[in-house]
Amino acid sequence: MAIIERPSAVPATVGAGGTTELVTPSRALGAYRRPVSTTGWKSWLFTVDHKKLGIMYGAVSLFFFLVGGIEALLIRLQLAAPDNTVLSAGLYNEMFTMHATTMVFLFVMPMAAAFANYFLPLQIGARDVAFPRINAVGFWLFLFGGIFLNTSWFLGGAADGGWFMYSPNSSALFSPSHGIDFWVMGLQITGIASLVGAINLIVTVLNMRAPGMKLMNMPVFTWMVLVVQFLLLFAMPVITVALFLLSFQRNFGATFFDVNQGADPLLWQHLFWIFGHPEVYIIILPAFGIISEVLPTFARKPLFGYKFVVFSGAAIGFVGWGVWAHHMFASGLGPVSVAVFSVATMLIAIPTGVKIVNWTLTLWGGKLWFSTAMLFSIGVIVLFTIGGVSGVTHAVAPSDTQQTDTYHIVAHFHYVIVGGAVMGLFAGFYFWWPKMFGQMLSERLGKWNFWLMFFGVNLTFGPMHILGMQGQPRRMVVWPEKLTGDGFFDLAFWNQVASVGSFVIAAGVLLFVINIFYTAKKKVAAPLDPWDARTLEWITSSPPKEHNFDRIPTVHSLDEFFHRKYEEVDTENGPKLVKVKTAEEVLAEEEANADHHIHLPSPSYWPIVLALGFPIIAYGVIFNLLLTIVGTALVLLAIFGWCLEPSVADDSDYDPPAGGDSTKELATLG
Amino acid sequence: MADIAVHEEDHAHTEHGGYDDHVVHATSTGLSNNKLAMWLFLGSECLLFGGLISTYMLYRGRHEGGPGPSQIFDIPLTSVSSFILLMSSLTMVLAVNSAKRKDDRNTNLWLVVTALLGALFVGGQVYEFTAFYQEGLGFTTSLFGSSFYTLTGFHGVHVTVGVIMLLALVGAITRNRVTGDKAEVVEMVGLYWHFVDVVWVIIFTLVYLIPS
Repeated sequence: MAIIERPSAVPATVGAGGTTELVTPSRALGAYRRPVSTTGWKSWLFTVDHKKLGIMYGAVSLFFFLVGGIEALLIRLQLAAPDNTVLSAGLYNEMFTMHATTMVFLFVMPMAAAFANYFLPLQIGARDVAFPRINAVGFWLFLFGGIFLNTSWFLGGAADGGWFMYSPNSSALFSPSHGIDFWVMGLQITGIASLVGAINLIVTVLNMRAPGMKLMNMPVFTWMVLVVQFLLLFAMPVITVALFLLSFQRNFGATFFDVNQGADPLLWQHLFWIFGHPEVYIIILPAFGIISEVLPTFARKPLFGYKFVVFSGAAIGFVGWGVWAHHMFASGLGPVSVAVFSVATMLIAIPTGVKIVNWTLTLWGGKLWFSTAMLFSIGVIVLFTIGGVSGVTHAVAPSDTQQTDTYHIVAHFHYVIVGGAVMGLFAGFYFWWPKMFGQMLSERLGKWNFWLMFFGVNLTFGPMHILGMQGQPRRMVVWPEKLTGDGFFDLAFWNQVASVGSFVIAAGVLLFVINIFYTAKKKVAAPLDPWDARTLEWITSSPPKEHNFDRIPTVHSLDEFFHRKYEEVDTENGPKLVKVKTAEEVLAEEEANADHHIHLPSPSYWPIVLALGFPIIAYGVIFNLLLTIVGTALVLLAIFGWCLEPSVADDSDYDPPAGGDSTKELATLG
Repeated sequence: MADIAVHEEDHAHTEHGGYDDHVVHATSTGLSNNKLAMWLFLGSECLLFGGLISTYMLYRGRHEGGPGPSQIFDIPLTSVSSFILLMSSLTMVLAVNSAKRKDDRNTNLWLVVTALLGALFVGGQVYEFTAFYQEGLGFTTSLFGSSFYTLTGFHGVHVTVGVIMLLALVGAITRNRVTGDKAEVVEMVGLYWHFVDVVWVIIFTLVYLIPS
């Protein structure tokens, strides 16, 4: 067994080779004890462990998924009958704005962050991320930002300008409540979370890979997360600028988007979509990564064309920057721009198509095991392809100008987001649950979960193609009975089908929630390697120990874990793969050769304190600038405390103080 | 030039064999985590200023009802403050150089000088803003005014944050409270400082020198 060293009282020596320099790891500011508990609520509140943070990211995102789902159901209830009055027009506007905002910023993005946080260090053979405290601050900013955003419901109404928040609807004239101010500040806060998270994960992937883990040995999930972090790194500052300009307009009297004052409302559209289109790939690529792990595992053969899948992911990341104006074909950009963006949009279908082909060929000839995770992954291939095909039709500008702002668009992006990203995340739940919690989610409930969601998605969003082609506009609070038409194109019928479908999806999600509680109650331990998996995260115990690996694994190939279990043996009928070791034997081998000097970063108060300052600043901007000063002071205090705090706790922080003949090393700044 | 190159190599060597080896294991790229993170952050900042500069370029000609760029800019004054900011990059380099030689006294000296030059630049900006305001260009006067104050204001805030970082670093070095590799911390603040400087070169050229 490896020993997790507690720090000793001996000052650490930093800088070998004659240039010794003493660093005294004393208490930061000398006024308080660092949090050191490893159990109980404090161990979660002040943790910097990427696995705990990953679980917290997941739990909070799941909560917001339910919130966004209830908003969706209310929308579908309103549209279930002609001239319905479930929601007022104003409330309906708030509902679709917050549904989109919640699903995009508070569910899909952070849920991908949950998986990335938990599995990225494990997949590259690292003990934690590069900056554990920054990781923690990212989570708390996301949580507080999400709560802040949703308090708008109780403080005068939520944002009502749509998630794209076009001018002039975003101006104080058309939206006098504070809703949009909450939206702006809330997204600024979660934006900081995304930015620091992106920096952290990029550094982790580039710098902290286990020996032998070359870039082209990395699992596809890690690759896709890396591409996503670069997209976030460069997309977030653009939306930040747009949000600042909007809040200066709403709060300080500037006129950046006010046509009456000579401004150009297209500026917002450009800034928003330069962020917004990369955002589309930020949403979908993690799901692509997940199913690229699941499909080979359950087809029991390596991913077909690993390099093509990786490079097409990177290609999507690059070309994704040159297609934003296809969201603006109807705004009169001029023929040259429209032609360029139209062609670029068609081009991006190529790398996406490459992936679809590779996944399909991974299945081809494999010994398929239709587990729930596998079903969800196949669901992604099917549903994403449907959404992708309708997406390519939107690249044709003349056709797109007909479809813009109709339900046809709604159908398209729900097929790719729900059918692609959300189903992909569900594949991740079922695939990785035994790794994260050491328990298997019920496969029986899981299959019901899958089929309900699969049929629900088609039932809800399939009819929207028809509705859109018939010209039903998006974001209309009612459809009048006299305009419904008849026969196959009866709008009433298809609207009602869609509403029923939305409840079928909801039933599927409910089964998932039930499955979680059922599994937790049953407490049946999962096998160490239930899926006969391929990548490094399965080389350790389930759930992994605090330090992830007893010995940092040395990597020799892609699918390292698989190659430790299987060897190629020559037989009369040619070479054959034979299982030479069980997962338990591989793990035992690692544990027998444990590293001796494992040190982990200590918990810290500062991330949560720092994050707490931001919603206070945001409330201040909306209600009283004095509060802003309080929030800023808190942020500054936290930053100084953070910088003066060594990343490993001092002995005297422990109670009783940790003794120690152990040597101590300082972890990175973090 | 050659001298600087040798120095860089030398530094890379100590970094590889020294501090980073001591931490878990040498990084895969050979670049320290902190420095890589700072570079990534600065890459992100490029897009932030890119957005702000684009906004200004779009709106700089729209100044109905208020003074425009050609009536209001005082090129000699801003040239002087630009020169001051550029010189602060030189003193920052000297600070980094001293820090690598483990010369705390000179490191602190040059950091303080850099902070003073930065503060002087911010002072110049405050003076400039006041003068512009008195000549009739408020934040809400015109689109030109809003976008000008937003762009240069964001840059000014970046310089101010830099000054705070420099002074905090001086305090930490004096009281021996720097966590981690001191020379690297100084170098990281230096990276940020040079970036803010380079952005100003672009802003000064686009906003002040090129006539609209």
